[in-house]
Amino acid sequence: MINKIFLLGNPNVGKSVVFSRLTGVRAMSSNYPGTTVEITKGFLVIGQNKVEVIDLPGTYSLEPTSKAEEVAVSILFDTPKDQMVIINILDSTNLERNLYLTLQLIEEGYPVVVCLNMCDETVHRGITLDSDKLESILGVPVISTCAVTGVGVKKLIQRIEEAKVNIRPKTNYQERWKEIGLIIEQAQRLTHRHHTFREILEDLSIKPFTGVLMGLGVVYASFKIVRFVGEYLINNVCDPVFNNIYQPMIERMSVILGQESFLHHILVGDLINGKIDFKQSMGLLTTAPYIEFAMVLPYVFSFYIILSILEDVGYLPRLAILLDNILHKLGLHGYAIIPVLLGFGCNIPGILSTRILESKRERFIASTLISIGVPCVALQAMIFALLGKYSGFYVAGVYLVLFVVWIVLGAILNFVLKGYSPELLIEIPPYRFPPVYVLFQKIYFRIKGFVVEAVPIVLFGVLLVNIMLYFKIFDFVSGIFSPLISGLFGLPKETIIALLIGFVRKDVAAGMLMPLGLTVKQMFIAATLLAVSFPCIATFVILLKELGLKDLIKATFLMLITGLVVGVVLNFGILR
Amino acid sequence: MKKISLLQLKPGKKAKVVEIIGGKVLENRLMGMGIYFGRDISKLGHFVLRGPVAIKVGRTTIALGHDMAKRIMVEE
Repeated sequence: MINKIFLLGNPNVGKSVVFSRLTGVRAMSSNYPGTTVEITKGFLVIGQNKVEVIDLPGTYSLEPTSKAEEVAVSILFDTPKDQMVIINILDSTNLERNLYLTLQLIEEGYPVVVCLNMCDETVHRGITLDSDKLESILGVPVISTCAVTGVGVKKLIQRIEEAKVNIRPKTNYQERWKEIGLIIEQAQRLTHRHHTFREILEDLSIKPFTGVLMGLGVVYASFKIVRFVGEYLINNVCDPVFNNIYQPMIERMSVILGQESFLHHILVGDLINGKIDFKQSMGLLTTAPYIEFAMVLPYVFSFYIILSILEDVGYLPRLAILLDNILHKLGLHGYAIIPVLLGFGCNIPGILSTRILESKRERFIASTLISIGVPCVALQAMIFALLGKYSGFYVAGVYLVLFVVWIVLGAILNFVLKGYSPELLIEIPPYRFPPVYVLFQKIYFRIKGFVVEAVPIVLFGVLLVNIMLYFKIFDFVSGIFSPLISGLFGLPKETIIALLIGFVRKDVAAGMLMPLGLTVKQMFIAATLLAVSFPCIATFVILLKELGLKDLIKATFLMLITGLVVGVVLNFGILR
Repeated sequence: MKKISLLQLKPGKKAKVVEIIGGKVLENRLMGMGIYFGRDISKLGHFVLRGPVAIKVGRTTIALGHDMAKRIMVEE
């Protein structure tokens, strides 16, 4: 009996979209190879049976070349063939390359259903596919689908049980490609047509001169839009809501509770000049929601709009080409830019995504550099708020320091660690323009994820801080660290509390800097230290899972050293 | 016909893959992506300062690192 359905196919053919359609479980999908690095599971009811559906990372063949592919192939080998069906998903616009894995699966005796996905794209690319012909040649069911819109998915479900093993002689790759050539001749017809504007853009973005220009343009525009949208939302939506609607409510509560009570201290926090100050009161119902919803969330929103567009259009792999030679100096290759960009949203998906890299060495370097030198969007939003009010110069300064840390630390790691950096080898997807609702779903999914995961920790963080403040536990801790903090970093001793709280959540930690009355220089150093020192605890858990204890200890050691060096250099290096 | 590496091939030119220097692992990997012996490819561009090479194989655009491109021998 079938009890497992595996979705298998080349990278970037839309497996995760098919998966979402089959199971109703939302899986992240984008237009670049390697979006799925973990195994996602869901269920599909076929007749009387509830069958497990498993979305696997993409692979070109059954011989894995990266950690993500290894994951896909090993789980396949561990399941008895008579208990599973493989839905082999193919990109209809690229039948030839996709058939390689299909033939390999059939030769190995797996029960296969072939799903020709993205069939809507064949039309404007001048491709006509004969799926009946293909079915008779391959000897397994072949169904055309367009998973983004849902076309053909029903038929796919109906025919899953028809999956069969078709014994074919085993061949080597040379013979396999020859056979594919013959299949293509029979099942695919091409009509000639002129280059479209989109194809011209596709080519320009991977040619040296125009590619670099476009790259600079895209990065600059992205940054500007993220800041513009974020600031706009803060000034025109979030701040008015908090100041005009929420504040009067809390003020009434403050009066009822009475300023001196314990509950007032926890919920409302301190009154600043007799009033509630959302940025400084540090209460569970004042500063905590303000940080999350009025300072961080607007940027989470604007960041993920831009990231999602870049992902779905398919620009990111092109950025990888442009940055390949720089990243080589750091022991990585161009594709490492994808985990890095994801890391700018949140370090956790960034570090998980390092699985698209080939070697353990690369994954160590990339994970370490992400956790040290890539601040998550929550922390960046706080840095904008803390330093942006003085001058954009200081904000740029933080990024400059991070960039220098990246280059220096990466170069050192590349020099010290044994091994070499593998070469870039990636498929560059065509540009795609997904329907707007698909994009909205994705952004909604990410923001929901942020709210569900971040808010409880933020509340917990602020609660923890408030209780410790109330019982004056911090005085003891800050006393111990005082020589280090003020002697080496030139910061008041209370800053250590913020730095330590950074272990719980970075945005809360940055928020704790607000009431301290720091000078610009101190604020700059403290904000930079939050960015370069160790990441939050959730990231540590993922690092432990991905790197193992030994490498985590190494990485932690690097984090401490980096934080120390950066703090001291900035303190004694900056004159004003 | 002279055997040259992908690096030496001029952008915009077509060529046939004839040899892959660098062992079975690399060969397998490239084969899976459709770069096999006898395959026609065309070179799209080459980034300066030991940057990657972009090629078109059938309907797929592939970018490969400088040192990998060096090991793929083609004939025009």
